[in-house]
Amino acid sequence: MIINHPILGPRDAQEFVYLGDASLIHRPDGLTASIEAFHDYTYLRANPAGLHRELWYHEQGDRSWLVVTRNTVTHEITSVELARDVARSEGRSK
Amino acid sequence: MRDVNLKPITALGLDLPQVVTLGRWTLTERTDVALASLAVRRGRLADVQALASAAGLPLPPAAMSEQGAVYAAFWVTPEMWFVEAPFASHEDIRRHLLAAFGEAASITEQTDAWVRFDLVGPGLAQVLERLSNFDLAAAPSGTATRTVLEHLGCYLIKRSETLVSLYGPRSSAQSLHHAWVVAAQSVL
Amino acid sequence: MTQSNRIAGGQIDRSQTFRFHFDGLPYLGHPGDTLASALLANGVRLMGRSFKYHRPRGPISAGSEEPNALVELRSGARQEPNTRATVAELFDGLTAQSQNRWPSLKFDALSINDRLNSFFTAGFYYKTFMWPASFWEKVYEPIIRRAAGLGSLTKLEDPDEYDKGFLHCDILIIGAGPAGLSAALTAGRSGARVILADEDFRMGGRLNAETFALGDQSGADWALAALAELASLPNVRLLNRTTVVGAFDHGIYGAVERVSDHLPVPLAGKPRQTFWRIYSKRAILAGGAIERPIAFENNDRPGIMLAGSLRAYANRWGVAVGDRTAVFTNNDDGLRTAVDLQAKGVDVVAVIDSRENSELLPGIRHLRGAEVTNSAGRLGLSQITVRMADGRTETLKVNALGVSGGWNPNVNITSHHRSRPVWREDIAAFVPGSGEIANLLVAGAAAGSLSTHGALVTGDEMARKALEGLGISAISAKLPKAEDAPVRIKAFWHVEGASRAWIDQQNDVTVKDIKLAHQENFTSVEHLKRYTTLGMATDQGKTGNVLGLAVMAELTGKSIPDTGTTVYRPPYTPVALGALAGRGRGHEFKPFRLTPSHKWAEEQGAVFVEVGYWLRTQWVAKAGETEWRQSVDREVLATRKSVGICDVTTLGKIDIQGTDAGAFLDKVYANTFSTLAVGKCRYGLMLREDGIVFDDGTTARMGPNEYVMTTTTANAVTVFRHLEYCRQVLWPDMDVQIISTTEAWAQFSVAGPNARNLLAKVVDQDISDAAFPYMGAGNITVGGLRARLFRISFSGELAFEIAVPTRYGDAMIRKLMEAGAEFDAVVYGTEALGVMRVEKGHVAGNELNGTSTALNMGLGKMVSRKKDSIGMLLSQRDGMTQADGLRLVGVKPANPAEALKAGSHFLKTGAAATAQNDEGWLTSLVYSPHLGHHIALGYLKNGASRIGEKMRAVNLLAGTDTEVEIVSPHFIDPEGERLRA
Repeated sequence: MIINHPILGPRDAQEFVYLGDASLIHRPDGLTASIEAFHDYTYLRANPAGLHRELWYHEQGDRSWLVVTRNTVTHEITSVELARDVARSEGRSK
Repeated sequence: MRDVNLKPITALGLDLPQVVTLGRWTLTERTDVALASLAVRRGRLADVQALASAAGLPLPPAAMSEQGAVYAAFWVTPEMWFVEAPFASHEDIRRHLLAAFGEAASITEQTDAWVRFDLVGPGLAQVLERLSNFDLAAAPSGTATRTVLEHLGCYLIKRSETLVSLYGPRSSAQSLHHAWVVAAQSVL
Repeated sequence: MTQSNRIAGGQIDRSQTFRFHFDGLPYLGHPGDTLASALLANGVRLMGRSFKYHRPRGPISAGSEEPNALVELRSGARQEPNTRATVAELFDGLTAQSQNRWPSLKFDALSINDRLNSFFTAGFYYKTFMWPASFWEKVYEPIIRRAAGLGSLTKLEDPDEYDKGFLHCDILIIGAGPAGLSAALTAGRSGARVILADEDFRMGGRLNAETFALGDQSGADWALAALAELASLPNVRLLNRTTVVGAFDHGIYGAVERVSDHLPVPLAGKPRQTFWRIYSKRAILAGGAIERPIAFENNDRPGIMLAGSLRAYANRWGVAVGDRTAVFTNNDDGLRTAVDLQAKGVDVVAVIDSRENSELLPGIRHLRGAEVTNSAGRLGLSQITVRMADGRTETLKVNALGVSGGWNPNVNITSHHRSRPVWREDIAAFVPGSGEIANLLVAGAAAGSLSTHGALVTGDEMARKALEGLGISAISAKLPKAEDAPVRIKAFWHVEGASRAWIDQQNDVTVKDIKLAHQENFTSVEHLKRYTTLGMATDQGKTGNVLGLAVMAELTGKSIPDTGTTVYRPPYTPVALGALAGRGRGHEFKPFRLTPSHKWAEEQGAVFVEVGYWLRTQWVAKAGETEWRQSVDREVLATRKSVGICDVTTLGKIDIQGTDAGAFLDKVYANTFSTLAVGKCRYGLMLREDGIVFDDGTTARMGPNEYVMTTTTANAVTVFRHLEYCRQVLWPDMDVQIISTTEAWAQFSVAGPNARNLLAKVVDQDISDAAFPYMGAGNITVGGLRARLFRISFSGELAFEIAVPTRYGDAMIRKLMEAGAEFDAVVYGTEALGVMRVEKGHVAGNELNGTSTALNMGLGKMVSRKKDSIGMLLSQRDGMTQADGLRLVGVKPANPAEALKAGSHFLKTGAAATAQNDEGWLTSLVYSPHLGHHIALGYLKNGASRIGEKMRAVNLLAGTDTEVEIVSPHFIDPEGERLRA
């Protein structure tokens, strides 16, 4: 597969490490969240046949974490964003 | 100060840097370049740019390298560069950069983390295509990228059509050197 | 032997003669020959035996689709089984053997199977070897294994090298026949980066096998001129002998280049083959078409082949397969074979044309509405039986028969992403379906344009389409005038007959087998394939598949499109495993990482152990030490007695800077680092989000905004990745920058009561306990050279870790040993390191096993609940916090003279050795020279409150059952007085 890196352009997926569902961005605060909520965050995943937002790490590249939107049926990749930008836009900060 | 006079060896384990010529290509181990990473502290990009300009240190755009009068630099990741300088004058490169950037940047010594090989000759892409997926032929001069050679994460800088610098993990210098020699022989 | 069947013409170099051997007999051939063409030129039609019935077989094709003519090529370590003689390029000195026969090709004992054919029908294995079930393993399987398979492996190591590589292009063109050449000319002239790949050693495709003119040139000459132009373009790369074997995601194609297979042995330093990963923006498949046979009784004799191949042997290789030839066809293309052969002076006895109304060939006996019903000839064709339109039969003496059932567009690669080909009635063939591979275009015969004109035009068209997609303006070539005969075919699949008519010659699948599959309701194409083995093995049904499903369609009364077709998978043709491995085998399987003291350690005769890519000193044997334990015991005792030195460079080192560095570490470590004083270090425990321990190590604060983290050797990469994840994804606004410095510093542990005395001779600063207390860290100098010092210990002794820039590491180990001479300093390796950490009760890889919590390790109190950190909350879950859960304990044999066994499980005295009674297990085991007996660490249920209890350590695999005593995991210096000395 080829991932069209938002800064570096098309790069072979071999250079990346896959993590999983981009919902991992929404980590609850361990001091305030219930164990149940944290459990769901840690373990529960949708498994869509179709578009899936997922985290990829450009380990053999610029070390950027990316949010890749990929069709799990066709492998078509429709969007690639820097995870840091996505995380900020979705409310993550410090 | 103790009378402890430590004598350095090269990444290939020798007293002097090695030069290997294979047909039209020469592979030279470079030990005369100091290297440090320079990462912008959060929100300090403008400061770093101004300080870099004052220090004569280029900050090339993404995926590029640039040579200044004393310092050269290549891009590593957003808001981070590797800075090169002559080893003779900048053996302690971090001290030089700390003096220039203070708390505006995070600076880390990198000289000995890497082995640098300079590859010289025409048609280097013919060899590299057996080692890395990087499209050297299509890349403009000045391109700097991380890529994988022989399972090893390396930085590759295309300085011109006939000169490529390769930074690989110092501990794997021998494996990397061997991989290049074998690939070159395969083409020749 | 003379080349009795060689005729004039062809693209072989008759000025040179090659000698070669087949089954021990010498033959002559020429450059440009394949093994098959050369054997046919020498009058050899019989080249192998079939898989199941051991029927005599010869080639039916002249290309990579060949199911029959499989040989063992070369000898010794280079012997390669199942090589298709039809694509094996001849070289001087080539040797080949036929296979699947014993004792000889002409007399094969197992041809008895042919007589027993009624037993060996479809589903034979499923039905025959079912009962009794107990027979399978001992009786049936060994018999089947002996009989199965074609060629044999040499079992010697492959002496050749293979390369892997990466190529980039705008347009990849697969196939260099008229369509591919036309596409390449347009794409090349337009300035696109083009790769033109063809599996043949001579590019040109069917142009080399036909006699048509292109403009005023022969097809072969036009191809040569086109190739010369393409070779002159710097933006075009021609790869002959290169098979594109698979289409992968996003324009990536795999291809095997046979760099040296046409040579007796590869040239020095050259690979035998290269596996290319080709990155393309667009691809054009111009793979041509593959002819299919018509099935009739005994249609598998040597001498019977595809009509287009018979013609190719004559036109390209100057070979007449027989001197009395006939053609059996259902379409006009078959007629060309008769015309071409006759023009070359070969006696064409008859053309048997299943169509009644085809145009009559002049000057040839053209039997319309006729069928070939049978053949005869013991080891090769000698006669055929023809049923005329009026029902009369006639026997014709022929020794070559060309059969054409029509041409199948070569859709193989288009279906690699599961797209199914679609049926086109007008050409009676499948063409590439929709839902095709993104950015893959299909041109020429592969797309169903079966004329030369059609190939040239569609090649140009597809190149233009590709160029348009790339935003490159197209410059087209003026295409030469070429034949544009319509496809005139009347679908005709098989001749009804009583005996066996072969469909898939490689797997011995006959019309009868298809009928049986139908009878037993295996009618779906996927079931048909698996039940009969139709389309399996090395040729993947390139010639037989469509015929097989057409017969099934006939039997079920369904149309062919309703019957459907199976799809192809990569690879297009078989790929040597060596090509996939490339250089990565033996000692080049992976790169090595050498520690800074490696050169010195080698000089000392150190034994090295692989730790990931690293080679670490495991121990250093001194004179007189013959057992590894002697060396390890000495290293441990000498270190505890005086001082020992160990290269610890391999531990991951990560530089962490920024104004939020401390806050960041508080997030990633279970314990607190923001409060750590500058100049101090602290042991840190890192959890995964699920609460399990991820990694541990010591992290030092070098400045207000600067920390140096150490990780375990094994997790250096994954911890760095995790830190990047935390700073980019979870806390993107933290001011923290990280970079690995593992390799930048040569780091040595100096441990033992004399550690300080030794180092004091080397470093420039005061390192007394007052100036550099336990867990101190700081920048120092060694003879003026910048260095780092950490007062940390993994051995339990007074210890420091000293780091210098890596290039000085070799000098540093020599200096330390020199300065340590007066203290009898030793170097210790990973074994002694392991012994000392177990003696001290430190956890390592065996305890950090991916299932253990901080509580299990006795480190539960380290998890701060005053702050949020990765894994903090879930480490408090039910099930992770039971009071009677596993806890780290020390273990020693009740009788010190007894040995313990790694992997033992703990059981109460008197309890049966069953899983229900299992109370935990032994994780790390060493011999402690300090204590003089085995000691171990382990996880034991409720272990912390069971100190002093006697239990049993049972290892059922090793058959041991030893009484042990549960003790504190701190075997030496439990109060840590040595550390703080």
